[in-house]
Amino acid sequence: MIEARGLTKRYGTKTAVYNLSFQVRPGLVTGFLGPNGSGKSTTMRMILGLDTPTSGEVTVSGRPYRQLPNAPRHVGALLDAKAVHGGRSARQHLLCLAQLSGIPARRVDEVLGVVGLKEVAGKRSKGFSLGMGQRLGIAAALLGDPQVLLFDEPVNGLDPEGIHWVRNLMRRLASEGRTVFVSSHLMSEMALTADHLIVIGRGQLLADMGVKDFIARNSTGYALVRTPDEPGVREKLTAALHEAGGGVQPEQDGALRVTGLELPRISDLAHQADVRLWELSPHHASLEEAYMRLTQGAVDYRSTHDPRAGFQQPGPQGQTLPGQLPPPATGYGQPQPYAPQGAPHPYAPQGGQLPPQAPAYGQAPAYPPGPVPQGPPPQGGFGAPPAPHHAAPAAPAAPPQAPAAPATDQPDAEDR
Amino acid sequence: MTTPHQATAQGTQPWQGGAPAAYTSPIPVRDATFGDALRSEWTKIRTLRSTMWTLGVMLLVVVGIGLLVASVMSGHEASGFPALAAGFFGVLLGSLSVITLGVLVISSEYSTGMIRTTLTACPSRSRVLAAKAVVFFSLAFVLTTVACLLVAAVDSSLISGHGVLAPSGSQWARATVGIGLYVALLGLLALAVGAMLRHSAGAITAMLGVVLLPLLLALFMAGESLQTLRTDLIEYSVPNALAAIYGIPMLDSGPHGWTPLWILAGVTVVALAGAFTVINKRDV
Repeated sequence: MIEARGLTKRYGTKTAVYNLSFQVRPGLVTGFLGPNGSGKSTTMRMILGLDTPTSGEVTVSGRPYRQLPNAPRHVGALLDAKAVHGGRSARQHLLCLAQLSGIPARRVDEVLGVVGLKEVAGKRSKGFSLGMGQRLGIAAALLGDPQVLLFDEPVNGLDPEGIHWVRNLMRRLASEGRTVFVSSHLMSEMALTADHLIVIGRGQLLADMGVKDFIARNSTGYALVRTPDEPGVREKLTAALHEAGGGVQPEQDGALRVTGLELPRISDLAHQADVRLWELSPHHASLEEAYMRLTQGAVDYRSTHDPRAGFQQPGPQGQTLPGQLPPPATGYGQPQPYAPQGAPHPYAPQGGQLPPQAPAYGQAPAYPPGPVPQGPPPQGGFGAPPAPHHAAPAAPAAPPQAPAAPATDQPDAEDR
Repeated sequence: MTTPHQATAQGTQPWQGGAPAAYTSPIPVRDATFGDALRSEWTKIRTLRSTMWTLGVMLLVVVGIGLLVASVMSGHEASGFPALAAGFFGVLLGSLSVITLGVLVISSEYSTGMIRTTLTACPSRSRVLAAKAVVFFSLAFVLTTVACLLVAAVDSSLISGHGVLAPSGSQWARATVGIGLYVALLGLLALAVGAMLRHSAGAITAMLGVVLLPLLLALFMAGESLQTLRTDLIEYSVPNALAAIYGIPMLDSGPHGWTPLWILAGVTVVALAGAFTVINKRDV
């Protein structure tokens, strides 16, 4: 059991972790997710007593780590595959760690066998690949047969076989009643391994829930409904959909995100309410997408467009960079981190050179992707294949390849 | 070996239906001790090539130069020269090797990241640093003393007669154990500096400065007004301290006999106190 209460860490003026409180329970694999630089490793280091929290505290089995009488027999940790002295062989490295906590030397050969490094046990770890380094780190973590295990990005650099092995190892360790805390920045990996998720972004807690809950809450299907931009129409449709028991959330670009109603039913309701529809399309948020949306405002390191201007002659064209998008305007301090409003509408044309409707309808029929590969299919979707056909009548008869955007579409495009 | 993950994922979620019994290792857990840390540090120091290199060079230089000087002096008149002092030149060079090892013992853990693994395995940082200090000091002391003993034995047999002073018992003790302790303390000081600076090159440079700079500065101080400073720099410089222990100080005044050893011991204790404070306070 790991327990953090109000954990905060500042480095100078930069706050790496802010007011983090969570519990990691035994018998489960708990995934610790967050983008690069979100404070995962800092939190791990604080759990292990390597960094002292600025405020708050974290305990392992009720005690601060540095007060555990024989820490490696209680907690095993893989922090960094490179945190070894490359001049020592794998066996010597593990031997000095074993001796530090009074673990007999024969245990070293046991764990070397477990992680599959027996053949290279006598080789200096300087020559190890990242994957072999990860295995050596995992061996060190297993050395003391501990009841709490921490792994920081354990699958980095592993081949598919190694990833599979780590996944199974985590699950087995948890099934033996141990506490397993694994950090990763890959949602897809955690969806396969973890029972419980703790998601942080910019050092703050974004989610702390079971994987099933996370899937149920974040990856349900929904319908995107777009109405003509006439006064009162959207409100009229919203009221009608509410009355029928659907959930309606306005999107930033003016569309409505409808949950809990099948597409044909939405179309019928709109018809009854005498509302024309410009778009009615099925959507399906994958777990990865849900995670991206959750952490979007908290991503520190974003790639920018590479104009390669350094190689070009200075000229007037150098200023306009095709395809460069403005960074999403989502602020970090948005009050409701689960709210999806920060996400740009995936079909919304960005840039305006394209006919506004064409890409949306061009893609819609190709949609039904089946259930998400990870985990059970979410509830409340409209998996029925004919759904796109219902979307068709509601759409204006604009062929996808029509390049000339009708004048009536123009305000809509600007509205986005 | 493994449970298929789907089975667990779709089965009952353990945290909802009462927590399962937490795992306890079948191997009995006992508290870790300082002895464990000593064993671990001994493994660490003996499994690194840098140890073999630095100590090998130290032995080679101390014994090699010591024998060379002894053989050169054996045929010559050297009245008033204590026989064992012929070991001085080799020791002065050899001490630089010991300093390098002293720094590397701790700073290589920081440069490789091993320190995080070490301090995770032993969260009592003072215990780790103390074990490192004890193991390194013992090793450096034993090897330096053995080398000095060898050189002193050869010196006393080769450089005798010819008006050379026969070594007394206290001279023997100082030229072997005394020099061994002084060089090992110098290494320990380097270890403390390495623990505070956490950077190999920086700490080694700092230690070379401590050893060589006072004497070099004194060489270029000519003026009358600097005379006192000049004398102090020479008297308390490391080379002069080694020479004083051998009984051949550069000046007639200043610490002599065992005194330089106590001075260095005091400095090392202060530096170690700093190192313990720093390692316990700073983040790793």
